[in-house]
Amino acid sequence: MGTKVSLEDKFQAYVDAENRVEPKDWMPEKYRKTLIRQISQHAHSEIIGMQPEANWITRAPSLRAKLILLAKVQDEAGHGLYLYSAAETLGEPREKMIADLQSGKAKYSSIFNYPTPSWADMGTIGWLVDGAAIQNQVMLTRTSYGPYARAMVKICKEESFHQRQGYEVVMKLAQGTPEQKAMAQESLNRWWWPSLMMFGPSDDNSPNSEQSMKWKIKRKSNDTLRQEFVDKTVPQAEYLGLTIPDADLKWNEERGHYDFGEINWAEFYEVIKGNGPCNKERIAHHVKAHEEGAWVREAANAYAKKQADRASNDASAA
Amino acid sequence: MSHKHVGSLHAADAEMAIKNARDVYTRRSEGISIWVVPSEEITASSPDEKDPLFTPSDDKVYRHPTFYDIPDDVENM
Repeated sequence: MGTKVSLEDKFQAYVDAENRVEPKDWMPEKYRKTLIRQISQHAHSEIIGMQPEANWITRAPSLRAKLILLAKVQDEAGHGLYLYSAAETLGEPREKMIADLQSGKAKYSSIFNYPTPSWADMGTIGWLVDGAAIQNQVMLTRTSYGPYARAMVKICKEESFHQRQGYEVVMKLAQGTPEQKAMAQESLNRWWWPSLMMFGPSDDNSPNSEQSMKWKIKRKSNDTLRQEFVDKTVPQAEYLGLTIPDADLKWNEERGHYDFGEINWAEFYEVIKGNGPCNKERIAHHVKAHEEGAWVREAANAYAKKQADRASNDASAA
Repeated sequence: MSHKHVGSLHAADAEMAIKNARDVYTRRSEGISIWVVPSEEITASSPDEKDPLFTPSDDKVYRHPTFYDIPDDVENM
């Protein structure tokens, strides 16, 4: 008198018990596909995210600032590589992921489609954009897919310097001359709302979220993470004497959280669709680097083949 | 020297793999030595097989010194 338990039910029970799903485990095809999409887009975000910051490496105001910015951008490259490796455990080749990015089929975090016209942006990005990323990534250290969760642990450890680097830059400006403080404020004015948009659509407009939460890929909702971020960041801005560009921002004693204004969702969807200020530039730059670097890949492979052929010829001659 | 698995990467050959591993996996002074192995050369047991593979060791308690009752008066043992 046994009941037939489907593979899906078994999988759900396994996930409900807070077990980690590993590459060789059976998993629903939708689970595999949604994770390939999420992890590869996370990887793309890291790589594309190198561009707005690399913009200032040659013009950093001091050697120390240049060294630190170089290290941060180098970290982003490394993070992208960890994530491509994690996505590959699900059976998707890296070449396909990169092709999808370059064709526009795959997405990446909308925040990186904004330009970085001032040095202050190097601070604001570290403070707000990495700050928001940390919020999301700490949550993902508890995601159900093992390789993704472990990549997140490593990334979170490295990410904490990024936020502090950013805040230090903003602090120096905010505590500097009136012009420097104005530069910091102007930068904050441009990055605040896009940073809030990083957490995605509001919960009731996020159709993928429910299944994602059920499979414990996502552990906290978009709105929850967004609220946590606002609550943490407002005092950080107040400490610097900077004003967050939201007239509706107000502490709500009853809720124990900050109330904040409505996000411009039209802008969010336009940027996601490809109509943000830098979308075309970001992909064009990526394609250019890929094409101009092709000779390096070809040379490396040719050399490796030559060495391998030489070794096997020596072995058979001996 | 024990080595810990830290991840995977792509490279044209073993020498580039070591260099890439240094760049990708040791930015926080994580180690003093790197091994790289082509993934096709790895044969791995599955975590699912943990029980049949390792249970026989678990019930051989006589492999542990604490299994034996040696009187306290006996020294150097």
